[in-house]
Amino acid sequence: MRLNSLEAFAELRADLFNGMEDAVRTLVIPAGTCGRASGAEEVIQAARKALLQDGIADSVRVRVTGCHGFCEMEPSILVLPDGVFYPRVKPEDVERIALAASRSEIVEELVWADADTSAPIPLQEDIPFFKKQRRAILSRSERVNPEDIESYIASGGYAALFKVLERDDPEWVIGEVKASGLRGRGGAGFPTGMKWEMLAKQPAGDGKYLVCNADEGDPGAYMDRSVLEGNPHIILEGMLIAACATGATEGIIYVRNEYPLAIKHLHLALEQARELGLLGHNILGTDYSFDIRVVRGAGAFVCGEETALIRSIEGSMGEPRQRPPFPIQRGIHGKPTSINNVETWANIPIILEQGAELFASVGAERNSGTKIFSLVGKIKNTGLVEVPMGMTIQEIVYDIGGGPSGDSNIKAVQTGGPSGGCIPASRFDLPIDYDSLARAGSIMGSGGMIVMDGRTCVVDVARYFMGFLKDESCGKCFTCRKGTQRMYELLDDISSGKGTVEHLDLLEKLALVVKDTTMCGLGQTSANPVLSTLRYFREEYLDHIENKRCPAGVCKPLIRYTINENCTGCRACAKNCPADAISGERKQRHVIDAEKCIKCGNCLAACKFNAVEVV
Amino acid sequence: MNGMINMTLNGLAVSVEKGMTILEAAKFYGFPIPTLCHMEGLSPYGACRLCVVEIGEAPRSKLVTSCTYPVEEGIIVRTASTRVLRARRMILELLLASCPQSKIIQDLAAAHDIRQQRFRQEHEDCILCGLCVRMCEEQMMAKAIGFRYRGEKRSIGTPFDLHSEECRLCGACMYVCPACQLRCTYTEPDKAICGGCANLSPPCVEKEPFDDMMCYMAPCVACEIKKD
Amino acid sequence: MNAGACGRLERTSVEAHVDEQEIRLIINRHYSNCDGLIAVLEEIQTSYGYLPESALRMVADITGRSMVDIYGVATFYRSFSLQPRGRHHICVCMGTACHVRGGPMVAEALERQLGIKAGETTVDGEFTLETVNCLGACALGPIVVADGVYHSKVDAAAAKKLVENLEAEQEQPESEPAAAVSSL
Repeated sequence: MRLNSLEAFAELRADLFNGMEDAVRTLVIPAGTCGRASGAEEVIQAARKALLQDGIADSVRVRVTGCHGFCEMEPSILVLPDGVFYPRVKPEDVERIALAASRSEIVEELVWADADTSAPIPLQEDIPFFKKQRRAILSRSERVNPEDIESYIASGGYAALFKVLERDDPEWVIGEVKASGLRGRGGAGFPTGMKWEMLAKQPAGDGKYLVCNADEGDPGAYMDRSVLEGNPHIILEGMLIAACATGATEGIIYVRNEYPLAIKHLHLALEQARELGLLGHNILGTDYSFDIRVVRGAGAFVCGEETALIRSIEGSMGEPRQRPPFPIQRGIHGKPTSINNVETWANIPIILEQGAELFASVGAERNSGTKIFSLVGKIKNTGLVEVPMGMTIQEIVYDIGGGPSGDSNIKAVQTGGPSGGCIPASRFDLPIDYDSLARAGSIMGSGGMIVMDGRTCVVDVARYFMGFLKDESCGKCFTCRKGTQRMYELLDDISSGKGTVEHLDLLEKLALVVKDTTMCGLGQTSANPVLSTLRYFREEYLDHIENKRCPAGVCKPLIRYTINENCTGCRACAKNCPADAISGERKQRHVIDAEKCIKCGNCLAACKFNAVEVV
Repeated sequence: MNGMINMTLNGLAVSVEKGMTILEAAKFYGFPIPTLCHMEGLSPYGACRLCVVEIGEAPRSKLVTSCTYPVEEGIIVRTASTRVLRARRMILELLLASCPQSKIIQDLAAAHDIRQQRFRQEHEDCILCGLCVRMCEEQMMAKAIGFRYRGEKRSIGTPFDLHSEECRLCGACMYVCPACQLRCTYTEPDKAICGGCANLSPPCVEKEPFDDMMCYMAPCVACEIKKD
Repeated sequence: MNAGACGRLERTSVEAHVDEQEIRLIINRHYSNCDGLIAVLEEIQTSYGYLPESALRMVADITGRSMVDIYGVATFYRSFSLQPRGRHHICVCMGTACHVRGGPMVAEALERQLGIKAGETTVDGEFTLETVNCLGACALGPIVVADGVYHSKVDAAAAKKLVENLEAEQEQPESEPAAAVSSL
């Protein structure tokens, strides 16, 4: 059913709008990778069953979508158009929810309950996690079935592309993107409009490439995954708009291999878009031609770096190369290439739809728009949050995140993944924007935000990141390969109590040289976790060095597991001990043999009497 | 016809041919820049990072490898600024910490007045400079060896570590290898770093398939000792 | 020539028999103008469970790419395995969120239980244990993927149960995610 003209598209869209009955209630069930891991499929089945069995299929329907962001509460059900939110839904409760929806009622016992008063908060927008968010992108995932292009069009999708094709004015498009102030959401924050302008100026030659960098290698960041799984068409639309504006002829979406559901939905979306005539030759009967293909990664963090990504697409090892020349001038197979992050692409249809001015009115100066962050770690409300740029860390962590998840206070937030750094609690008044974070010694990065509390050891975190980086380094530059290895060695020594103050000095000096002399971003930013933790938490390092103590109780060589007087002698710990290190008589206080203990933590998990302590 | 580029080299206003690298320009004007993975006749690679120079002006200056960076109109280059020297010294310390027995590395370290290395001592036989890989591919047209794996596991060898059909046993790889080169020969003890010459048997000669390799190392004590 | 770091690879006694026709089809499907080498290797791995040496040599012969290049690509990317994998594939996420919630303890527990280190396969060929740098399900960490099925909030006890369940199974469960994720 190929649409051969702009009019044909307008007709289809009108049909689909008319076909949507807002009087029908929709049970929206997020089933991205984490939803499925939490049991969303059973809930979906229960919902479908209820619709048939109770004969309410005329007034209620089910929509399966990607992540909405409140991942810890999944499987959840959102009832539209009312906006009622049911967290942690069990399959046996689904029927009640469906029936209530068909009668325009709410099941009060099952909605969100206020943490302090236990009063029910039925509407999603009133729940603290959602209240301060500004969900320009994520809200779209609620309205779209990612496996159906018509669902995307019915919710307003491809309207921006329609506008662009109709107007047929590439310069205007670039002007809009520039005026919006959109900066690359992958981490570097380069103005997108400027990048496109440069690409448009390149000679047409043998063609130009547009790439969607969906490698999302930062551990702890998964906002791109949620958009790819939940709303793949928004990416396609963004790339199509860019093609019209820059004269690009081919598009590639480079997805990491570890996202199978995203890959599946992308392939489906591309197929459906081609069928409809939105991709390929003469899009909707116009002179524009553009097609997109998916290229899978194969497990290399470094391939998130532009030039390494290009080499990976070309079928080589992902070794970065020197710039200049920049990919805009010489990219894939030497042709002009613009590489943008998933979230950047997702913002494009929004900008073209609502206009650059409106887009720029949100956020902070020189940092317009919203940004999706993955708020994870020792935080109560874990998930993806979309906020206007410029919101303070304090607001995100406490108002939206709900504060610490355990009994320990929040100590710091790690932003920007392995290329970023830690921001201590004392600086939570900082607004989240590219420049403020850079000044504080970290970076925005792709938006990962890992919350750390008193039981997280910064030396261990720095060591973890260094271990990650030395594994992921491509290995070409001597200073990166050896530098990350030696920094890891030093951090390992410090965390096992073998560090000296000279080591600290050496670590700093080495970190600075690695930062200075490496060719690509991975090496250049590899020093950040070390340098930022040293800047704000030097005492913790010194505690490890001078007192051979790990205050957070994490670094194994420096801690000891003991059993205190709460012990009832139930032997639960001893039964779970893989090293046979616990001994004691029944009903008597048990003892852990420090020599045999491998500090696996099984006893701590098994004890119901708070008798196991880490000192 | 090659155009000329105007640039500033260590404070001097100079003119060089377009298409030159900063390393070539510096060499032309007699400014010494240490290198390890660079060799004339082979494409520049930029692996060892020793040849870094500072370009641009504070606060936007940065270090780049002079062997790969092309000269640009108006570029400002300093080949021995504080930042550059600090970097070179640390790199040499790291090199000594990995490959102490290489005379080239020892000489470079001595020339930069390095008297200690503060890392855990390793005895690696390869610094992954890639000279052997490029030599094999570009000059000997064999491409029998290459890089594999990544990060600290990165290494050089034949596919599957098996005897390669493409390898003609020419020995060019050994000829260019800085780690394989002449061991410390005691002749100038005050220029030597330490007794790193303990390692007398070059590793590559031990591998069976390479027994017949023609060896260009002269006079290398190691072979003689091994044959006995 | 590198001496120490990479000695002779340990080869298992039986290598998969590779069908040349199948390799040709895979190459035709994905390979053009040097692009697509990674996609070719991914499909070979999905088909055989790993990258057999003979398959790689066929790819070199058919495409004309040098063996050095192909071997370099096959070893550079973590998804690829040059050794046959066990019947059951267990993958532990080592992302930051999972790390902060005790991911390494889970990995260690699995190592102890199976008697192998991450990256290895048990001697009886039943289990391969691997770690991966972030699966993107960070809110639910620690995550363990067993034969393509995601398990969330895993602790040492749950990991133990997981392995016991797999050992008790007679057949590998069939599910679409398994096919896609097994190339991890």
